[in-house]
Amino acid sequence: MSQITYRSVQVGDEIPAYTTAPISRTTLALYAGASGDHNPIHIDIDFAKKFGMPDVFAQGMLNMAYLGRVLTGWVPQTAIRQYGIRFAAITAVHDRISCHGKIVEKYQQNGEHLVRLEVTATNQEGEIKLSGQAVIALP
Amino acid sequence: MIDKKHIGLKSAPHRVEVEKGRLRFFAKAIGETNPIYTDEEAAKAAGYASLPAPPTFVFCLEMEQPNPFEDLETMGIDLGKLLHAEQSFRYHAPICAGDCLTFEKQVSDIYDKKGGALEFVVQDSRVKNQTGELVAELRRVIVVRNKT
Repeated sequence: MSQITYRSVQVGDEIPAYTTAPISRTTLALYAGASGDHNPIHIDIDFAKKFGMPDVFAQGMLNMAYLGRVLTGWVPQTAIRQYGIRFAAITAVHDRISCHGKIVEKYQQNGEHLVRLEVTATNQEGEIKLSGQAVIALP
Repeated sequence: MIDKKHIGLKSAPHRVEVEKGRLRFFAKAIGETNPIYTDEEAAKAAGYASLPAPPTFVFCLEMEQPNPFEDLETMGIDLGKLLHAEQSFRYHAPICAGDCLTFEKQVSDIYDKKGGALEFVVQDSRVKNQTGELVAELRRVIVVRNKT
């Protein structure tokens, strides 16, 4: 893999995107266990219905972890300086999440060469689930 | 309405150990297949002390306490009306298996929109490792939906 450098990237460049498999109930159960978020609204349909939801729905932080993989798939994790998102909508079971990042700014600060990315997670209908920004240091 | 006197409310420091098995389980749950997240030799070859925690895992570590919502309850917030609105991280140094982290959390802002129908609480945490090095900062914004 050729090394990604500050010089080699431009504002407007998209970083490699990826799309998850459809989110299954198993995925939600595994994430509940691994994350320590045992809120039954994500794993117990009886509980979800009692609270007026038609079904369980994905943990917002699962989507944020998926979107984080677009960053760690592009650069070593140690290059990530900031990563932040806004939760825009609930993600349903069976949704496929597409994770994208685009460079919107190049700048230097504290002796580092940095790029700011806009990052978004959308489902198969293009509905935005997360939107946010990341700051990455590049050699 | 949430009393703005709670701006500045600090939670008791929270200490937690970063466990290798949990990191492997987390990598599986989020579909992360890069071997540095599951194979310690691969992690060391990449320059980490042990398996690194993926970017969002530090959030999970913060929740790893008997009552992660104690501060919100102190403020009289009904957890059933609460939604996670925003989450952000600043990273200063790697967090790896075997680290023992200390979280110091405080409420940094409380504000409302739509005439009080939506109330927002901003919680900021600073995370240090066992050597006292600042490794990460977290900001969580939660929204309380009030019936109007």
